Amino acid sequence: MIDKISPSVEAALADVPDGATVMIGGFGTAGIPTQLIDGLIAQGATGLTVVNNNAGNGETGLAALLKAGRVRKIICSFPRQADSQVFDALYRSGQIELELVPQGNLAERIRAAGAGIGAFFTPTGYGTELAKGKETREIDGRPYVLEHPIHADFALIKAERADRWGNLSYRMTARNFGPVMATAARCTVVEVPEIVALGTLDPESVVTPGIFVQRVVQVGRSVTQAGGFAAGKTERGAA
Amino acid sequence: MKRWTRDQMAARVARDIADGMVVNLGIGLPTLVANHIPADREVVLHSENGVLGMGPAPTPGAEDYDLINAGKQPVTLRAGGSYFHHADSFGMMRGGHLDVCVLGAFQVAANGDLANWHTGAPDAIPAVGGAMDLAIGAKKTFVMMEHLTKSGESKLVERCTYPLTGIGCVSRVYTDLAVIDLGPDGARVIDVVDGLKFAELQAITAITLIDRR
Repeated sequence: MIDKISPSVEAALADVPDGATVMIGGFGTAGIPTQLIDGLIAQGATGLTVVNNNAGNGETGLAALLKAGRVRKIICSFPRQADSQVFDALYRSGQIELELVPQGNLAERIRAAGAGIGAFFTPTGYGTELAKGKETREIDGRPYVLEHPIHADFALIKAERADRWGNLSYRMTARNFGPVMATAARCTVVEVPEIVALGTLDPESVVTPGIFVQRVVQVGRSVTQAGGFAAGKTERGAA
Repeated sequence: MKRWTRDQMAARVARDIADGMVVNLGIGLPTLVANHIPADREVVLHSENGVLGMGPAPTPGAEDYDLINAGKQPVTLRAGGSYFHHADSFGMMRGGHLDVCVLGAFQVAANGDLANWHTGAPDAIPAVGGAMDLAIGAKKTFVMMEHLTKSGESKLVERCTYPLTGIGCVSRVYTDLAVIDLGPDGARVIDVVDGLKFAELQAITAITLIDRR
């Protein structure tokens, strides 16, 4: 019998080793696996490389993991926020390495890892600082940059509904990086408020098929909270 | 000097967004464009975090923080809207499926180069988000920005001094003073705020303009 349901967050994360690369889902307030992040803090693994769109907000979740000194390097697209003070301080004092990646390249590099692609040419970033030192090629008159996949040891994501095979459906924009991160990690751990009996999820509505999921943990349902995102000014002119 | 207000700028951009278009509006000033699209025009708004058919902000008290836009503010979904994951969302950009994206900018160069993600200041923490993907992905990239910096310098420049977001990607610039098309035929002014003479506009703009009104 296939049963990917873990009895607890603690059990689901027990074997995360020091130095692991850990993908963490979420964009803004939506889709952050808060229970798994708290579990990772409690578990104690250190020297981690974290892949996330941002670099933590406020003092909880990913910011707390950073503050606890567990993260050696972060790969993300948008570290600076109104309330990213924990990352800002670590970065300015040289205590964390940053690999800044355009958001679409981040998503595609993760997707490529899960899909067995060796590397790919993308137009995004060509001619900019973020493509410095990278191989380029002109294809049909358009310039491209060679980008490599990002593989992970663990992916921690949040879904809305799961069954014991690990089939997943999501909720609105909480989907974001979850489906691609699930494909790119050796071990994908999912937190969900609802676990349903096998055969209950509409097969047409399964977004992540269970083949990409190793562990499922049920957590209490909580209403997604507003973040501090809109409060402050950012340097960015747009997008 | 007379200038268009932010809402007048947004209304001017909205005039150029046709029925049936799929559009991505960047954070900040471009977001205002949504308020000026006439109700009889069906325009599909795309949000980088996985939404097509994004609707306006919810009524107070009805916010759901699982349904947010790229600026992390709560939004709604229109009938016909859909959700998808990040790789699909950016594939829509990179794959040329969006008709228009409207972005803010620090600087735009005569050749269409865009700088809008980083001032390059030594103490600044760089953050790029989806700016580079958007800039090069849509069929047309429009920029909406003040014509001059706070200290009075032209934001239209011969060559960007800030780090680039994309090269040769901007096709039209909407400022608070004028609307200017960029391309191999030069910088063509197609609209100017009432009461401003072309020569006055040229005098405060750091690139050569062609009057095409």
